[in-house]
Amino acid sequence: MSVDSIFVHKMWNDNELSKMVKGGVPFPMLSDAGGKVGTIYGIYDEIGGVETRGRFIIDPDGIIQGYEVLTPPVGRNVKETIRQLQAFQHVRNSKGTEATPSGWRPGKMTLKPGPDLVGKVWEVWKIEMEDD
Amino acid sequence: MPEELKVGCARPVGASSDEEKEPVITGGPEEKKTEKGVPMIKVGQKAPDFTAPAYHNGKFISMKLSDYLGKWVVLCFYPGDFTFV
Repeated sequence: MSVDSIFVHKMWNDNELSKMVKGGVPFPMLSDAGGKVGTIYGIYDEIGGVETRGRFIIDPDGIIQGYEVLTPPVGRNVKETIRQLQAFQHVRNSKGTEATPSGWRPGKMTLKPGPDLVGKVWEVWKIEMEDD
Repeated sequence: MPEELKVGCARPVGASSDEEKEPVITGGPEEKKTEKGVPMIKVGQKAPDFTAPAYHNGKFISMKLSDYLGKWVVLCFYPGDFTFV
């Protein structure tokens, strides 16, 4: 979503983005004239008249589970967004019985919060597991 | 689920789904507001609903966030088309 019109979205997709991604952008490119939606989400820059790089993960109940906002010159890390999405999905599927430690990816161990784990996380999770 | 837009000369615009209503105070008096009186976004709270025109698969459509209830959504904002990053 940006403040550009859907006509400009079409031109950008059809003439440039489709040369980067086969078939073009696979999801809807939303138009937010005047930054109305961006204002509600707290990421519209009124001075510049543009949206900043806000990214919101919204769950199937419509609840915001996470967000990240960057100023324009630095691009996002899509892999990190996907990692977070997978972690939120895993936690939801566990009905909240599991939590994903720092650096978690699918297949890695999760934590089962409860009285027995208090003060014992150091036994089951090591700092090296963040990056392995 | 999204309806296709009839495109004329007017530039299609979207809206907050709450825009037509009187301003509603939700969440009680302690709810924090930004300077303009817009409720602050918080994790764990409902994503504000909106409708917006969109370009998708060669068509112009109107889409509404709440049509995607039941699915995971990644909503991304960016400064502008044809910018560099």
